[in-house]
Amino acid sequence: MEIKGKVWKYGNDVDTDVIIPARYLNTSDPKKLAEHCMEDIDDTFAANVEQGDIIVAEDNFGCGSSREHAPISIKAAGVSAVIANSFARIFFRNAINIGLPILECPEAVVGIDKGDEVEIDVDSGVIKNITKGTEFQAEPFPAFMQEIIDAGGLVNYVKAKAN
Amino acid sequence: MGMTMVEKILAAHAGKDKVRPGELVNAKLDLVLGNDVTTPVAVKEFKKIGIENVFDKERIAIVPDHFVPNKDINSAEQVKMIREFAEEKEIKNFFELGEMGIEHCLLPEKGLVVPGDIVIGADSHTCTYGALGALATGIGSTDMAAGMATGEAWFKVPETIKFVYKGELQKWVSGKDLILYTIGDIGVDGALYKAMEFTGPVIENLSMDNRFTMSNMAIEAGGKCGLIEADEITLEYVKGRAQREWTVYKSDEDAEYSQVIEYDVTNIEPQVAFPHLPENTRGISEVGDIKIDQSVIGSCTNGRIEDLRVAAEILKGKKKAKHVRLIIFPGTQEIYKQAMKEGLIEIFIDAGAAVSTPTCGPCLGGHMGILAKGERSIATTNRNFVGRMGHPESEVYLSNPAVAAASAIAGKIVSPEEVL
Repeated sequence: MEIKGKVWKYGNDVDTDVIIPARYLNTSDPKKLAEHCMEDIDDTFAANVEQGDIIVAEDNFGCGSSREHAPISIKAAGVSAVIANSFARIFFRNAINIGLPILECPEAVVGIDKGDEVEIDVDSGVIKNITKGTEFQAEPFPAFMQEIIDAGGLVNYVKAKAN
Repeated sequence: MGMTMVEKILAAHAGKDKVRPGELVNAKLDLVLGNDVTTPVAVKEFKKIGIENVFDKERIAIVPDHFVPNKDINSAEQVKMIREFAEEKEIKNFFELGEMGIEHCLLPEKGLVVPGDIVIGADSHTCTYGALGALATGIGSTDMAAGMATGEAWFKVPETIKFVYKGELQKWVSGKDLILYTIGDIGVDGALYKAMEFTGPVIENLSMDNRFTMSNMAIEAGGKCGLIEADEITLEYVKGRAQREWTVYKSDEDAEYSQVIEYDVTNIEPQVAFPHLPENTRGISEVGDIKIDQSVIGSCTNGRIEDLRVAAEILKGKKKAKHVRLIIFPGTQEIYKQAMKEGLIEIFIDAGAAVSTPTCGPCLGGHMGILAKGERSIATTNRNFVGRMGHPESEVYLSNPAVAAASAIAGKIVSPEEVL
Protein backbone atom coordinates (compact mmCIF):
# COMPACT_ATOMS: atom_id res chain seq x y z
CA MET A 1 0.00 0.00 0.00
CA GLU A 2 1.35 3.42 -0.99
CA ILE A 3 0.48 6.57 0.90
CA LYS A 4 1.20 10.20 0.10
CA GLY A 5 0.35 13.28 2.11
CA LYS A 6 1.28 16.46 3.89
CA VAL A 7 2.77 16.26 7.37
CA TRP A 8 1.42 17.47 10.72
CA LYS A 9 4.22 17.38 13.29
CA TYR A 10 4.04 17.04 17.08
CA GLY A 11 6.42 16.38 20.01
CA ASN A 12 6.76 13.82 22.81
CA ASP A 13 3.99 12.09 24.80
CA VAL A 14 1.00 13.09 22.68
CA ASP A 15 -1.65 11.51 24.90
CA THR A 16 -5.04 10.09 24.00
CA ASP A 17 -6.78 12.84 26.01
CA VAL A 18 -5.48 15.50 23.62
CA ILE A 19 -6.08 13.28 20.58
CA ILE A 20 -9.76 12.92 21.53
CA PRO A 21 -10.84 14.59 24.79
CA ALA A 22 -13.15 12.58 27.07
CA ARG A 23 -15.89 15.20 26.71
CA TYR A 24 -16.52 13.74 23.23
CA LEU A 25 -16.49 10.08 24.26
CA ASN A 26 -20.25 9.87 24.67
CA THR A 27 -20.35 8.77 21.04
CA SER A 28 -18.53 6.12 19.06
CA ASP A 29 -19.43 7.58 15.65
CA PRO A 30 -16.09 7.95 13.77
CA LYS A 31 -17.25 11.07 11.88
CA LYS A 32 -18.23 12.91 15.07
CA LEU A 33 -14.98 11.87 16.76
CA ALA A 34 -13.00 13.12 13.74
CA GLU A 35 -14.49 16.60 14.17
CA HIS A 36 -12.61 16.90 17.48
CA CYS A 37 -9.44 15.00 16.59
CA MET A 38 -6.29 16.58 18.17
CA GLU A 39 -8.46 19.42 19.50
CA ASP A 40 -6.61 19.96 22.79
CA ILE A 41 -3.14 19.96 21.26
CA ASP A 42 -3.88 21.70 17.94
CA ASP A 43 -7.25 23.31 17.39
CA THR A 44 -6.40 24.00 13.72
CA PHE A 45 -6.04 20.30 12.90
CA ALA A 46 -9.58 19.00 12.45
CA ALA A 47 -10.67 21.88 10.22
CA ASN A 48 -7.59 21.78 7.98
CA VAL A 49 -6.49 18.14 7.77
CA GLU A 50 -6.81 16.67 4.29
CA GLN A 51 -7.41 13.12 3.14
CA GLY A 52 -4.08 11.30 3.08
CA ASP A 53 -2.21 13.60 5.48
CA ILE A 54 0.40 12.07 7.76
CA ILE A 55 1.08 12.67 11.47
CA VAL A 56 4.74 12.65 12.57
CA ALA A 57 5.56 12.75 16.30
CA GLU A 58 8.40 12.03 18.68
CA ASP A 59 8.39 9.56 21.63
CA ASN A 60 5.47 7.65 23.20
CA PHE A 61 2.69 8.73 20.80
CA GLY A 62 -0.80 7.81 22.07
CA CYS A 63 0.07 7.37 25.73
CA GLY A 64 -2.65 7.22 28.37
CA SER A 65 -6.12 5.83 27.92
CA SER A 66 -7.08 2.66 26.05
CA ARG A 67 -9.75 4.55 24.10
CA GLU A 68 -9.78 3.15 20.58
CA HIS A 69 -11.61 6.37 19.79
CA ALA A 70 -8.12 7.93 19.47
CA PRO A 71 -6.88 5.98 16.44
CA ILE A 72 -10.49 5.84 15.13
CA SER A 73 -10.70 9.66 15.16
CA ILE A 74 -7.30 9.98 13.46
CA LYS A 75 -8.27 7.50 10.74
CA ALA A 76 -11.72 9.04 10.26
CA ALA A 77 -10.15 12.51 10.00
CA GLY A 78 -8.41 11.25 6.86
CA VAL A 79 -4.93 10.64 8.22
CA SER A 80 -3.26 7.86 6.25
CA ALA A 81 -0.42 6.98 8.63
CA VAL A 82 1.37 7.97 11.84
CA ILE A 83 5.17 7.94 12.06
CA ALA A 84 6.80 8.26 15.51
CA ASN A 85 9.95 7.41 17.43
CA SER A 86 7.79 5.12 19.56
CA PHE A 87 4.13 4.42 20.31
CA ALA A 88 2.47 3.76 23.63
CA ARG A 89 1.62 0.07 23.87
CA ILE A 90 -2.19 0.17 23.76
CA PHE A 91 -2.27 2.75 20.96
CA PHE A 92 0.14 0.57 18.97
CA ARG A 93 -2.16 -2.44 19.36
CA ASN A 94 -5.31 -0.48 18.64
CA ALA A 95 -3.87 1.07 15.47
CA ILE A 96 -2.89 -2.34 14.10
CA ASN A 97 -6.25 -3.80 15.09
CA ILE A 98 -8.26 -1.13 13.26
CA GLY A 99 -5.95 -0.94 10.25
CA LEU A 100 -4.35 2.49 10.81
CA PRO A 101 -0.78 2.23 9.45
CA ILE A 102 1.86 3.18 12.03
CA LEU A 103 5.63 3.23 11.61
CA GLU A 104 8.45 3.54 14.13
CA CYS A 105 11.34 5.44 12.54
CA PRO A 106 13.37 7.96 14.62
CA GLU A 107 15.49 8.99 11.58
CA ALA A 108 12.36 9.97 9.65
CA VAL A 109 11.03 11.93 12.62
CA VAL A 110 14.24 14.01 12.65
CA GLY A 111 14.25 14.37 8.87
CA ILE A 112 10.64 15.48 8.36
CA ASP A 113 9.17 18.92 9.17
CA LYS A 114 5.62 20.20 9.38
CA GLY A 115 4.13 20.67 5.93
CA ASP A 116 6.61 18.39 4.12
CA GLU A 117 5.17 16.09 1.50
CA VAL A 118 5.88 12.47 2.37
CA GLU A 119 5.33 9.18 0.58
CA ILE A 120 5.22 5.84 2.41
CA ASP A 121 5.33 2.30 1.09
CA VAL A 122 3.64 0.61 4.04
CA ASP A 123 4.60 -2.93 3.00
CA SER A 124 8.34 -2.25 2.72
CA GLY A 125 8.47 0.48 5.40
CA VAL A 126 10.22 2.91 3.04
CA ILE A 127 9.45 6.55 3.86
CA LYS A 128 10.31 9.22 1.26
CA ASN A 129 10.40 12.92 2.08
CA ILE A 130 9.53 14.32 -1.35
CA THR A 131 9.99 17.94 -0.24
CA LYS A 132 13.56 17.33 0.95
CA GLY A 133 14.47 14.44 -1.36
CA THR A 134 15.46 12.09 1.45
CA GLU A 135 14.55 8.49 2.25
CA PHE A 136 14.22 6.44 5.45
CA GLN A 137 13.58 2.81 6.38
CA ALA A 138 11.11 2.04 9.20
CA GLU A 139 11.27 -1.06 11.42
CA PRO A 140 9.42 -3.95 9.79
CA PHE A 141 6.56 -5.56 11.74
CA PRO A 142 6.86 -9.14 13.01
CA ALA A 143 5.24 -11.57 10.55
CA PHE A 144 2.26 -12.25 12.82
CA MET A 145 1.36 -8.55 13.10
CA GLN A 146 1.83 -8.16 9.34
CA GLU A 147 -0.82 -10.88 8.92
CA ILE A 148 -3.32 -8.81 10.94
CA ILE A 149 -2.41 -5.71 8.93
CA ASP A 150 -2.78 -7.60 5.65
CA ALA A 151 -6.19 -8.90 6.73
CA GLY A 152 -7.27 -5.27 7.24
CA GLY A 153 -7.39 -5.48 11.03
CA LEU A 154 -8.09 -7.90 13.86
CA VAL A 155 -11.81 -8.43 13.21
CA ASN A 156 -11.19 -9.65 9.67
CA TYR A 157 -8.29 -11.75 10.90
CA VAL A 158 -10.40 -13.46 13.59
CA LYS A 159 -13.28 -13.86 11.13
CA ALA A 160 -11.04 -15.57 8.59
CA LYS A 161 -9.69 -17.92 11.26
CA ALA A 162 -13.17 -18.77 12.56
CA ASN A 163 -14.53 -19.72 9.14
CA MET B 1 17.84 -19.49 33.28
CA GLY B 2 14.61 -19.06 35.23
CA MET B 3 11.49 -17.11 34.37
CA THR B 4 9.80 -14.00 35.75
CA MET B 5 6.18 -14.07 37.00
CA VAL B 6 4.89 -12.59 33.76
CA GLU B 7 6.75 -15.17 31.69
CA LYS B 8 5.35 -17.99 33.84
CA ILE B 9 1.78 -16.73 33.62
CA LEU B 10 2.02 -16.31 29.85
CA ALA B 11 3.64 -19.73 29.39
CA ALA B 12 0.93 -21.43 31.45
CA HIS B 13 -1.88 -19.74 29.49
CA ALA B 14 -0.23 -20.44 26.14
CA GLY B 15 0.30 -24.14 26.92
CA LYS B 16 4.08 -23.83 26.86
CA ASP B 17 6.83 -24.84 29.29
CA LYS B 18 8.85 -21.74 28.68
CA VAL B 19 8.55 -18.38 26.97
CA ARG B 20 11.15 -15.67 26.37
CA PRO B 21 10.85 -11.89 26.06
CA GLY B 22 10.08 -10.85 22.49
CA GLU B 23 8.22 -14.08 21.69
CA LEU B 24 4.65 -13.70 20.40
CA VAL B 25 2.16 -16.07 22.01
CA ASN B 26 -1.55 -16.74 21.85
CA ALA B 27 -2.87 -17.04 25.40
CA LYS B 28 -6.14 -18.09 27.00
CA LEU B 29 -7.98 -15.36 28.90
CA ASP B 30 -9.51 -15.68 32.36
CA LEU B 31 -11.54 -12.49 32.13
CA VAL B 32 -12.42 -9.84 29.53
CA LEU B 33 -13.51 -6.41 30.79
CA GLY B 34 -15.10 -3.32 29.28
CA ASN B 35 -16.79 -0.10 30.41
CA ASP B 36 -19.45 2.26 29.06
CA VAL B 37 -16.97 4.16 26.85
CA THR B 38 -15.11 1.22 25.32
CA THR B 39 -17.77 -1.54 25.21
CA PRO B 40 -20.05 0.17 22.65
CA VAL B 41 -17.21 0.08 20.09
CA ALA B 42 -16.43 -3.52 21.11
CA VAL B 43 -20.05 -4.57 20.59
CA LYS B 44 -20.02 -3.13 17.05
CA GLU B 45 -16.79 -5.00 16.28
CA PHE B 46 -18.08 -8.20 17.91
CA LYS B 47 -21.09 -8.17 15.60
CA LYS B 48 -18.79 -7.85 12.56
CA ILE B 49 -16.92 -11.02 13.57
CA GLY B 50 -20.13 -12.97 13.10
CA ILE B 51 -19.76 -15.37 16.04
CA GLU B 52 -23.11 -15.78 17.78
CA ASN B 53 -22.11 -16.31 21.42
CA VAL B 54 -19.42 -15.00 23.72
CA PHE B 55 -16.73 -17.53 24.68
CA ASP B 56 -17.89 -17.75 28.31
CA LYS B 57 -20.83 -15.90 29.87
CA GLU B 58 -19.15 -15.88 33.28
CA ARG B 59 -15.77 -14.55 32.13
CA ILE B 60 -16.84 -11.22 30.72
CA ALA B 61 -17.37 -8.20 32.95
CA ILE B 62 -19.08 -5.05 31.73
CA VAL B 63 -19.06 -2.11 34.12
CA PRO B 64 -20.70 1.18 33.14
CA ASP B 65 -18.70 3.56 35.33
CA HIS B 66 -17.27 6.42 33.29
CA PHE B 67 -20.32 8.59 32.56
CA VAL B 68 -22.77 7.07 35.07
CA PRO B 69 -25.21 7.97 36.45
CA ASN B 70 -25.76 8.74 32.75
CA LYS B 71 -24.66 12.33 32.27
CA ASP B 72 -26.53 13.03 29.03
CA ILE B 73 -28.66 11.41 26.35
CA ASN B 74 -25.71 10.11 24.33
CA SER B 75 -24.22 8.45 27.41
CA ALA B 76 -27.59 6.91 28.26
CA GLU B 77 -27.81 5.51 24.72
CA GLN B 78 -24.34 3.98 25.04
CA VAL B 79 -25.19 2.26 28.34
CA LYS B 80 -28.53 1.11 26.93
CA MET B 81 -26.76 -0.51 23.99
CA ILE B 82 -24.32 -2.45 26.15
CA ARG B 83 -27.03 -3.42 28.66
CA GLU B 84 -29.03 -4.93 25.78
CA PHE B 85 -25.93 -6.73 24.52
CA ALA B 86 -25.27 -8.14 28.01
CA GLU B 87 -28.89 -9.32 28.27
CA GLU B 88 -28.88 -10.86 24.81
CA LYS B 89 -25.59 -12.70 25.37
CA GLU B 90 -26.55 -13.58 28.97
CA ILE B 91 -23.38 -12.00 30.33
CA LYS B 92 -23.45 -12.67 34.04
CA ASN B 93 -21.22 -9.85 35.23
CA PHE B 94 -22.96 -6.73 33.98
CA PHE B 95 -22.96 -4.27 36.86
CA GLU B 96 -25.86 -1.86 36.83
CA LEU B 97 -25.75 1.50 38.56
CA GLY B 98 -26.40 0.95 42.23
CA GLU B 99 -24.71 -2.46 42.22
CA MET B 100 -21.56 -1.21 40.70
CA GLY B 101 -18.40 0.63 41.42
CA ILE B 102 -15.38 1.92 39.57
CA GLU B 103 -14.37 -1.14 37.59
CA HIS B 104 -10.87 -1.58 39.06
CA CYS B 105 -12.12 -1.26 42.63
CA LEU B 106 -15.09 -3.53 41.89
CA LEU B 107 -13.63 -6.56 40.12
CA PRO B 108 -11.12 -7.54 42.84
CA GLU B 109 -13.76 -6.88 45.52
CA LYS B 110 -16.16 -9.28 43.77
CA GLY B 111 -13.45 -11.94 43.49
CA LEU B 112 -13.63 -11.86 39.68
CA VAL B 113 -9.85 -11.57 39.37
CA VAL B 114 -7.55 -13.99 41.21
CA PRO B 115 -3.78 -14.54 41.40
CA GLY B 116 -2.28 -16.09 38.27
CA ASP B 117 -5.03 -14.84 35.93
CA ILE B 118 -4.63 -13.24 32.55
CA VAL B 119 -7.13 -10.39 32.26
CA ILE B 120 -7.55 -7.99 29.36
CA GLY B 121 -9.65 -4.91 29.87
CA ALA B 122 -10.72 -2.16 27.50
CA ASP B 123 -9.52 0.37 30.03
CA SER B 124 -5.89 1.32 30.48
CA HIS B 125 -5.97 0.97 34.27
CA THR B 126 -6.76 -2.75 34.02
CA CYS B 127 -3.13 -3.13 35.15
CA THR B 128 -4.49 -2.55 38.70
CA TYR B 129 -4.98 -6.32 39.16
CA GLY B 130 -1.23 -6.83 38.95
CA ALA B 131 -1.44 -6.22 42.70
CA LEU B 132 -3.08 -9.65 42.99
CA GLY B 133 -0.25 -11.34 41.08
CA ALA B 134 -2.32 -11.45 37.90
CA LEU B 135 -1.19 -10.42 34.41
CA ALA B 136 -3.76 -7.74 33.73
CA THR B 137 -3.38 -5.26 30.92
CA GLY B 138 -5.29 -2.60 29.05
CA ILE B 139 -6.31 -3.15 25.46
CA GLY B 140 -8.74 -1.44 23.09
CA SER B 141 -12.26 -2.21 22.02
CA THR B 142 -11.35 -4.41 19.05
CA ASP B 143 -9.18 -6.61 21.25
CA MET B 144 -12.08 -6.77 23.69
CA ALA B 145 -14.38 -7.89 20.87
CA ALA B 146 -11.96 -10.58 19.72
CA GLY B 147 -11.41 -11.63 23.35
CA MET B 148 -15.17 -11.96 23.94
CA ALA B 149 -15.49 -14.05 20.77
CA THR B 150 -12.50 -16.36 21.17
CA GLY B 151 -11.38 -16.24 24.82
CA GLU B 152 -7.86 -15.67 23.57
CA ALA B 153 -5.51 -12.80 22.79
CA TRP B 154 -2.04 -12.42 21.34
CA PHE B 155 0.73 -11.09 23.53
CA LYS B 156 4.33 -10.17 23.00
CA VAL B 157 6.18 -11.55 26.02
CA PRO B 158 7.51 -8.40 27.71
CA GLU B 159 10.87 -7.85 29.31
CA THR B 160 10.53 -7.17 33.04
CA ILE B 161 11.97 -4.32 35.10
CA LYS B 162 12.32 -5.24 38.77
CA PHE B 163 11.79 -2.46 41.32
CA VAL B 164 13.08 -3.09 44.84
CA TYR B 165 11.79 -0.83 47.63
CA LYS B 166 13.82 -0.80 50.87
CA GLY B 167 13.95 1.35 54.00
CA GLU B 168 11.27 2.87 56.24
CA LEU B 169 8.13 4.57 54.95
CA GLN B 170 7.66 8.00 56.52
CA LYS B 171 4.33 9.22 57.95
CA TRP B 172 1.80 10.14 55.21
CA VAL B 173 3.84 8.35 52.55
CA SER B 174 1.77 5.72 50.75
CA GLY B 175 1.72 3.44 47.76
CA LYS B 176 0.67 6.49 45.70
CA ASP B 177 3.88 8.29 46.62
CA LEU B 178 6.03 5.27 45.79
CA ILE B 179 4.51 4.92 42.34
CA LEU B 180 4.61 8.68 41.63
CA TYR B 181 8.25 8.74 42.75
CA THR B 182 9.00 5.79 40.47
CA ILE B 183 7.30 7.41 37.47
CA GLY B 184 9.15 10.64 38.25
CA ASP B 185 12.38 8.68 38.16
CA ILE B 186 11.91 6.57 35.01
CA GLY B 187 9.50 8.82 33.07
CA VAL B 188 6.14 8.28 31.40
CA ASP B 189 7.70 5.91 28.88
CA GLY B 190 10.29 4.46 31.25
CA ALA B 191 8.65 1.03 31.18
CA LEU B 192 7.27 1.20 27.64
CA TYR B 193 6.24 -2.26 26.34
CA LYS B 194 7.63 -3.77 29.58
CA ALA B 195 6.33 -5.48 32.70
CA MET B 196 7.05 -3.81 36.03
CA GLU B 197 7.56 -6.01 39.08
CA PHE B 198 7.28 -4.31 42.49
CA THR B 199 9.29 -6.10 45.18
CA GLY B 200 11.27 -5.65 48.40
CA PRO B 201 10.53 -5.42 52.11
CA VAL B 202 8.44 -2.25 51.79
CA ILE B 203 6.09 -3.93 49.31
CA GLU B 204 5.92 -7.08 51.44
CA ASN B 205 4.51 -4.97 54.28
CA LEU B 206 2.24 -2.84 52.12
CA SER B 207 -1.55 -3.26 52.45
CA MET B 208 -3.64 -4.53 49.56
CA ASP B 209 -5.24 -1.11 48.98
CA ASN B 210 -1.82 0.52 48.66
CA ARG B 211 -0.65 -2.25 46.36
CA PHE B 212 -3.66 -1.70 44.07
CA THR B 213 -2.71 1.98 43.87
CA MET B 214 0.83 1.13 42.78
CA SER B 215 -0.13 -1.41 40.13
CA ASN B 216 -2.89 0.93 38.91
CA MET B 217 -0.35 3.49 37.73
CA ALA B 218 2.06 1.10 35.93
CA ILE B 219 0.47 2.36 32.70
CA GLU B 220 1.58 5.92 33.57
CA ALA B 221 5.15 4.70 33.09
CA GLY B 222 4.12 3.06 29.81
CA GLY B 223 4.14 -0.40 31.43
CA LYS B 224 2.19 -3.35 30.09
CA CYS B 225 1.49 -4.48 33.64
CA GLY B 226 2.69 -3.91 37.21
CA LEU B 227 2.92 -7.11 39.18
CA ILE B 228 3.29 -7.87 42.86
CA GLU B 229 3.89 -11.45 43.93
CA ALA B 230 0.87 -12.90 45.76
CA ASP B 231 1.69 -13.47 49.44
CA GLU B 232 -0.23 -13.87 52.71
CA ILE B 233 -1.65 -10.34 52.49
CA THR B 234 -2.94 -11.10 48.98
CA LEU B 235 -4.43 -14.44 49.92
CA GLU B 236 -6.13 -13.00 52.95
CA TYR B 237 -7.84 -10.52 50.61
CA VAL B 238 -8.69 -13.15 48.02
CA LYS B 239 -10.08 -15.81 50.38
CA GLY B 240 -13.83 -15.54 50.77
CA ARG B 241 -14.09 -13.46 47.58
CA ALA B 242 -12.52 -15.60 44.88
CA GLN B 243 -15.00 -17.05 42.44
CA ARG B 244 -12.38 -19.37 40.94
CA GLU B 245 -9.28 -21.34 41.94
CA TRP B 246 -6.08 -19.34 41.90
CA THR B 247 -2.43 -20.05 41.20
CA VAL B 248 0.47 -18.22 42.81
CA TYR B 249 3.39 -17.61 40.44
CA LYS B 250 6.73 -16.42 41.81
CA SER B 251 9.66 -15.15 39.79
CA ASP B 252 12.63 -17.51 39.85
CA GLU B 253 15.79 -16.45 41.69
CA ASP B 254 17.69 -16.62 38.42
CA ALA B 255 15.00 -14.93 36.32
CA GLU B 256 16.36 -12.44 33.83
CA TYR B 257 15.38 -8.76 34.18
CA SER B 258 16.04 -6.01 31.66
CA GLN B 259 16.83 -3.74 34.61
CA VAL B 260 16.80 -3.83 38.43
CA ILE B 261 16.11 -0.49 40.15
CA GLU B 262 16.44 -0.06 43.93
CA TYR B 263 14.94 2.72 46.00
CA ASP B 264 15.53 3.61 49.63
CA VAL B 265 12.09 4.91 50.58
CA THR B 266 13.31 6.46 53.83
CA ASN B 267 13.98 9.78 52.09
CA ILE B 268 10.81 9.81 49.99
CA GLU B 269 8.27 12.42 51.09
CA PRO B 270 4.67 12.75 49.84
CA GLN B 271 4.84 13.39 46.10
CA VAL B 272 2.93 15.82 43.90
CA ALA B 273 2.89 15.44 40.09
CA PHE B 274 2.67 18.83 38.39
CA PRO B 275 0.85 19.46 35.10
CA HIS B 276 0.81 18.03 32.50
CA LEU B 277 2.49 14.65 32.97
CA PRO B 278 2.59 12.18 35.88
CA GLU B 279 6.40 12.23 35.66
CA ASN B 280 6.60 15.89 36.75
CA THR B 281 6.91 14.92 40.40
CA ARG B 282 8.21 16.95 43.33
CA GLY B 283 8.40 16.25 47.04
CA ILE B 284 5.75 18.12 49.01
CA SER B 285 8.42 20.38 50.55
CA GLU B 286 9.35 21.64 47.06
CA VAL B 287 5.85 22.42 45.83
CA GLY B 288 5.78 26.15 46.61
CA ASP B 289 2.63 28.24 46.70
CA ILE B 290 -0.03 26.56 44.53
CA LYS B 291 -3.56 27.76 45.21
CA ILE B 292 -6.33 25.30 44.32
CA ASP B 293 -10.00 25.56 43.35
CA GLN B 294 -10.89 21.90 43.77
CA SER B 295 -9.77 18.72 45.53
CA VAL B 296 -10.85 15.32 44.24
CA ILE B 297 -10.44 12.25 46.43
CA GLY B 298 -11.33 8.88 44.91
CA SER B 299 -10.97 7.06 41.54
CA CYS B 300 -9.64 3.61 40.63
CA THR B 301 -6.29 4.80 41.96
CA ASN B 302 -7.31 6.02 45.44
CA GLY B 303 -11.00 5.31 46.04
CA ARG B 304 -10.61 2.41 48.47
CA ILE B 305 -11.49 2.27 52.15
CA GLU B 306 -7.95 2.94 53.42
CA ASP B 307 -7.76 6.02 51.19
CA LEU B 308 -11.01 7.30 52.69
CA ARG B 309 -9.79 6.57 56.21
CA VAL B 310 -6.64 8.62 55.63
CA ALA B 311 -8.67 11.51 54.19
CA ALA B 312 -11.05 11.37 57.17
CA GLU B 313 -8.15 11.38 59.62
CA ILE B 314 -7.09 14.75 58.18
CA LEU B 315 -10.57 16.21 57.65
CA LYS B 316 -12.06 15.22 61.01
CA GLY B 317 -13.39 18.29 62.85
CA LYS B 318 -12.06 20.64 60.15
CA LYS B 319 -13.54 22.61 57.27
CA LYS B 320 -12.38 22.90 53.71
CA ALA B 321 -11.29 26.36 52.62
CA LYS B 322 -14.24 28.46 51.52
CA HIS B 323 -13.15 28.79 47.88
CA VAL B 324 -12.42 25.07 47.42
CA ARG B 325 -14.81 22.41 46.08
CA LEU B 326 -14.00 19.13 47.81
CA ILE B 327 -15.42 16.10 46.00
CA ILE B 328 -15.08 12.58 47.41
CA PHE B 329 -15.87 9.41 45.45
CA PRO B 330 -15.90 6.04 47.20
CA GLY B 331 -14.79 3.37 44.70
CA THR B 332 -17.69 0.95 45.12
CA GLN B 333 -21.03 0.64 46.88
CA GLU B 334 -19.37 -1.69 49.43
CA ILE B 335 -16.65 0.85 50.15
CA TYR B 336 -19.31 3.56 50.44
CA LYS B 337 -21.27 1.46 52.96
CA GLN B 338 -18.15 0.65 54.95
CA ALA B 339 -17.24 4.35 55.04
CA MET B 340 -20.73 5.10 56.36
CA LYS B 341 -20.43 2.47 59.08
CA GLU B 342 -17.12 3.94 60.18
CA GLY B 343 -18.56 7.45 60.27
CA LEU B 344 -16.26 8.70 57.51
CA ILE B 345 -19.05 10.07 55.32
CA GLU B 346 -20.28 12.23 58.19
CA ILE B 347 -16.75 13.59 58.69
CA PHE B 348 -16.56 14.42 54.97
CA ILE B 349 -19.93 16.17 54.85
CA ASP B 350 -19.17 18.10 58.03
CA ALA B 351 -15.92 19.23 56.42
CA GLY B 352 -17.90 20.63 53.49
CA ALA B 353 -17.29 17.83 50.99
CA ALA B 354 -19.66 16.64 48.29
CA VAL B 355 -19.76 12.84 48.48
CA SER B 356 -20.72 11.07 45.27
CA THR B 357 -21.96 7.69 44.20
CA PRO B 358 -19.10 5.70 42.63
CA THR B 359 -18.18 6.98 39.15
CA CYS B 360 -15.04 7.81 37.17
CA GLY B 361 -16.62 11.27 36.87
CA PRO B 362 -14.11 14.12 37.03
CA CYS B 363 -10.98 11.93 36.79
CA LEU B 364 -11.29 11.87 33.01
CA GLY B 365 -13.17 15.13 32.70
CA GLY B 366 -16.43 13.25 32.22
CA HIS B 367 -18.77 14.99 34.65
CA MET B 368 -19.31 15.64 38.38
CA GLY B 369 -16.52 18.13 38.89
CA ILE B 370 -15.26 19.68 35.65
CA LEU B 371 -12.75 22.53 35.80
CA ALA B 372 -13.24 25.94 34.17
CA LYS B 373 -10.53 27.78 32.24
CA GLY B 374 -7.62 28.62 34.51
CA GLU B 375 -8.82 26.48 37.43
CA ARG B 376 -6.63 24.08 39.36
CA SER B 377 -7.42 20.81 41.11
CA ILE B 378 -5.41 18.58 43.36
CA ALA B 379 -6.56 15.02 42.78
CA THR B 380 -5.82 11.51 43.95
CA THR B 381 -6.45 10.36 40.39
CA ASN B 382 -3.89 9.08 37.90
CA ARG B 383 -3.50 11.53 35.01
CA ASN B 384 -2.83 15.24 34.76
CA PHE B 385 -2.72 15.57 30.98
CA VAL B 386 -3.82 18.78 29.24
CA GLY B 387 -7.60 19.09 29.62
CA ARG B 388 -7.89 15.88 31.64
CA MET B 389 -10.40 17.29 34.14
CA GLY B 390 -12.04 19.89 31.98
CA HIS B 391 -10.93 23.02 30.13
CA PRO B 392 -7.68 22.62 28.15
CA GLU B 393 -6.29 25.54 30.17
CA SER B 394 -7.12 23.99 33.56
CA GLU B 395 -4.54 22.15 35.67
CA VAL B 396 -4.45 18.90 37.65
CA TYR B 397 -1.90 18.09 40.36
CA LEU B 398 -1.70 14.44 41.46
CA SER B 399 -1.16 13.40 45.07
CA ASN B 400 -2.10 10.90 47.76
CA PRO B 401 -5.39 11.26 49.73
CA ALA B 402 -3.69 12.84 52.77
CA VAL B 403 -2.20 15.68 50.72
CA ALA B 404 -5.45 16.17 48.77
CA ALA B 405 -7.43 16.40 52.04
CA ALA B 406 -4.93 18.76 53.68
CA SER B 407 -4.85 20.94 50.57
CA ALA B 408 -8.65 21.22 50.59
CA ILE B 409 -8.42 22.65 54.12
CA ALA B 410 -5.52 25.00 53.37
CA GLY B 411 -6.86 26.10 49.97
CA LYS B 412 -3.43 25.44 48.50
CA ILE B 413 -1.20 22.40 48.12
CA VAL B 414 0.29 21.59 51.52
CA SER B 415 1.69 18.73 53.54
CA PRO B 416 -0.75 17.08 55.99
CA GLU B 417 1.56 18.28 58.79
CA GLU B 418 0.55 21.86 58.07
CA VAL B 419 -3.11 21.37 58.93
CA LEU B 420 -2.82 19.04 61.92
